[in-house]
Amino acid sequence: MATDHSRIAARLMISPAVLLLLGWMVVPLSMTIYFSFLSYNLLSPGTEEWIGLVNYEFFLTDPAFFAALGNTLLLVGGVLLITIVGGVGLALLLDQPMWGQGIVRILMIAPFFVMPTVSALVWKNMFMNPVNGLFAHLAKFLGVAPFDFLAHAPLFSVVIIVAWQWLPFSTLILLTAMQSLDQEQLEAAKMDGAKKFRRFFHIVLPHLSRAITVVILIQTIFLLSIFAEILVTTNGGPGYASTNITYLVYAQSLLQFDVGGGSAGGIIAVILANIVAVFLMRMIGKNLEA
Amino acid sequence: MQTALFDHKKALVTVCAWAIGLAIFFPILWTILTGFKTEADAIASPPLFMGFDWTLENYNEVLERSNYFRHFMNSVVISVGSTLLGLLIAIPAAWAMAFVPAKHTKDILMWMLSTKMLPPVGVLIPIYLMFRDGGLLDTRSGLVLVLTMINLPIIIWMLYTYFKEIPGEILEAARMDGATLWSEIVYVLTPMAVPGIASTLLLNVILAWNEAFWTLNLTAAEAAPLTAFIASYSSPEGLFYAKLSAASTMAIAPILIMGWFSQKQLVRGLTFGAVK
Amino acid sequence: MGSIKLENVTKSFGDVAVIPPLNLEINEGEFVVFVGPSGCGKSTLLRLIAGLEDVSSGNIYIDGADATGIRPARRGLAMVFQSYALYPHMSVRNNIAFPLKMAGMAAAEIDRKVMGAAEVLNLTDYLKRRPGQLSGGQRQRVAIGRAIVREPKAFLFDEPLSNLDAALRVNMRLEISELHQKLKTTMVYVTHDQIEAMTMADKIVVLRKGVIEQVGTPLELYRNPANLFVASFIGSPKMNFLKGKEAARHDAHTIGIRPEHLSISRQEGLWKGTVGVAEHLGSDTFLYVTLADGSQVTVRAAGEVELSHGDSVYISAETDRIYRFGPDGLALK
Repeated sequence: MATDHSRIAARLMISPAVLLLLGWMVVPLSMTIYFSFLSYNLLSPGTEEWIGLVNYEFFLTDPAFFAALGNTLLLVGGVLLITIVGGVGLALLLDQPMWGQGIVRILMIAPFFVMPTVSALVWKNMFMNPVNGLFAHLAKFLGVAPFDFLAHAPLFSVVIIVAWQWLPFSTLILLTAMQSLDQEQLEAAKMDGAKKFRRFFHIVLPHLSRAITVVILIQTIFLLSIFAEILVTTNGGPGYASTNITYLVYAQSLLQFDVGGGSAGGIIAVILANIVAVFLMRMIGKNLEA
Repeated sequence: MQTALFDHKKALVTVCAWAIGLAIFFPILWTILTGFKTEADAIASPPLFMGFDWTLENYNEVLERSNYFRHFMNSVVISVGSTLLGLLIAIPAAWAMAFVPAKHTKDILMWMLSTKMLPPVGVLIPIYLMFRDGGLLDTRSGLVLVLTMINLPIIIWMLYTYFKEIPGEILEAARMDGATLWSEIVYVLTPMAVPGIASTLLLNVILAWNEAFWTLNLTAAEAAPLTAFIASYSSPEGLFYAKLSAASTMAIAPILIMGWFSQKQLVRGLTFGAVK
Repeated sequence: MGSIKLENVTKSFGDVAVIPPLNLEINEGEFVVFVGPSGCGKSTLLRLIAGLEDVSSGNIYIDGADATGIRPARRGLAMVFQSYALYPHMSVRNNIAFPLKMAGMAAAEIDRKVMGAAEVLNLTDYLKRRPGQLSGGQRQRVAIGRAIVREPKAFLFDEPLSNLDAALRVNMRLEISELHQKLKTTMVYVTHDQIEAMTMADKIVVLRKGVIEQVGTPLELYRNPANLFVASFIGSPKMNFLKGKEAARHDAHTIGIRPEHLSISRQEGLWKGTVGVAEHLGSDTFLYVTLADGSQVTVRAAGEVELSHGDSVYISAETDRIYRFGPDGLALK
């Protein structure tokens, strides 16, 4: 739709954004790759030397890495399971006629806007604390021994906190998708004699499948990088019980000052995220054409 | 006809929805309530829901003791600053891609998106070292830069989807009507794009306000925004529930209110237009 | 003023040639309609004239001056878009005034012209409203108003009526024709609707795949279609085509007869057939008849004809109204 004149103007207008993002992506990323081949500790500057793949070897044979990898998968998988199942249920519920729907929506969406450090601390201290937490009070009331969540089920606790933060996101998106469902299609199914249960599995769920995929992919991208919640609740512990890859890289590089090892971990995290990103990009790209 | 039966169902749905809604909201409600309790009431057993002496003491103490205001201003400057800077870079780019699409526009958009998928730990160390050497550690301007880059893809994408909805024919009409590129932007595009730009601004302020990877790793005392300030309550101060709650309430209240206004934009912004 | 001349104009998008070399002259004061099925390049052609697209090669002259590389704003043309393209954030008054403001005209002069246009278009009562508060027909009038205040050398219309409902379309058609009578300004009008072309045009340009199939007045095209495409595109209901034996009797590959040039009778006639569907419009009756050899023809009978499904009928053609076409699709003289 354009003339040469406007095409040149367009190129000029895109270039600052492109150059900045290119710089942001290429420069630090190539530095990380470079560091990952060095023996480089911040505590002993000037002793950097090229050691090839030793950092990767070290990282990939470190039991901490496998613990972190497993924790990352459990964290991502657990949160996804809760938010998708819960999100579909809540979207179904909110899609029904009711009184005060706007307010209910506002209540349900709220956790998403709470900053991660606040939600982590509130859950840690005011709910999961074995002495003064509300859960401890509840346990006392029921006559059972209070459970020290963060000490005995640290990863599970983090999953709960993160799922609470992300449940609104999936609910909101699935509800939006639900509302775009063609009512005539449902009515046609009703006319054809399909029962509620079958209508859900044959019409509603397939209609939602796209939105569910989007939610899974986007959440995965964010969940792979969960950091603040772990930092303020468990510090990755006890031991490595709640350390994920992101936290491990952070600990390696900024707590133990091992830049080389941390960089190798960072690159591994990038590779893991890319596996998900490829699928997500493909979905979004398809939508761009439509 | 079936009104009675219908209302019966509606009542049941309403009760369920409100119960779940309140349960999900409860941690926030509890935090707000606890902020108004004395420290003793905050850890009372059994817990006090309403029957306590309301006090503003915690707010006073948080405000007096801990430079709360500076951290609050850090949050404001960093989130608003990074969003405005991002808009400045993104508006021309999104305009160009929406209205003068070229062969590679789609590829550029997808590539921009891919930078958002880069996990922050992948670039943590170089950024940290560059900031250290460039004197940007623990400065507002340093964080503004990082958060601009972090959110730039989302800003560009949101603006792109909004601009896409402005029919190209209207801009062509302006061109036929004798508008120069400049007056086309000032008189036609901007007024039509303002709602979209405002939504983008809102959502990105929220995202930047709550960003808790870079803000925690790149700041100490000086430029720490509220995310990092609250993290300092981790221990042992966190055991003072009432003060923790008061500080938390102040940190989340403004964004909670903004967030409620941006529900729709949230879906569009965070799914990159894949769900509308 | 207002002649437009296209000389060897071509347009390609990437490797796809949308318009092969094309020549066309539009005379001052003419109402020219570009008509053709969707994708025939008619809108592209209009946008080339407007300057919204660059020509790939060739030249465009407006009033004899080369306008090929000139920006749309400087060409002195006004355009009415399919979607109306009104500025949604401006009042009707400001919409109409916009081109004058862009031209830097004095406020009093702008006001006078806007009022003048509003009066012509019956918009005086709506000047303060936003486009969103107007009906489709009113929006259309605002778009026209915005075009006429500029007193352009020529008006360009890009399918302006396609978003209106049928009744309104007939009204607007008349209004635009009247406007042309009054202003006597050149108008170039793009449509896929041959009825609009027939009713409004001084000159019709029939396009297919970027190629001009025929140029002529409505009646020239009706009476002497140059080829099968034009013959089938112009006229409603569509012309009937017969091949094989019937065509051979007229020394042609294909013969065409318009439905209105067929007559129907219960007793006698040239061909025997059976009525399929009969559409009773009151003023006319359209009969879809299957002939003995299996071919389908449409017959238009004047007035109320009491025939219905399954009736046996005879059909005859006005012999001097039979069009003959060769195997290449061109009309035989």
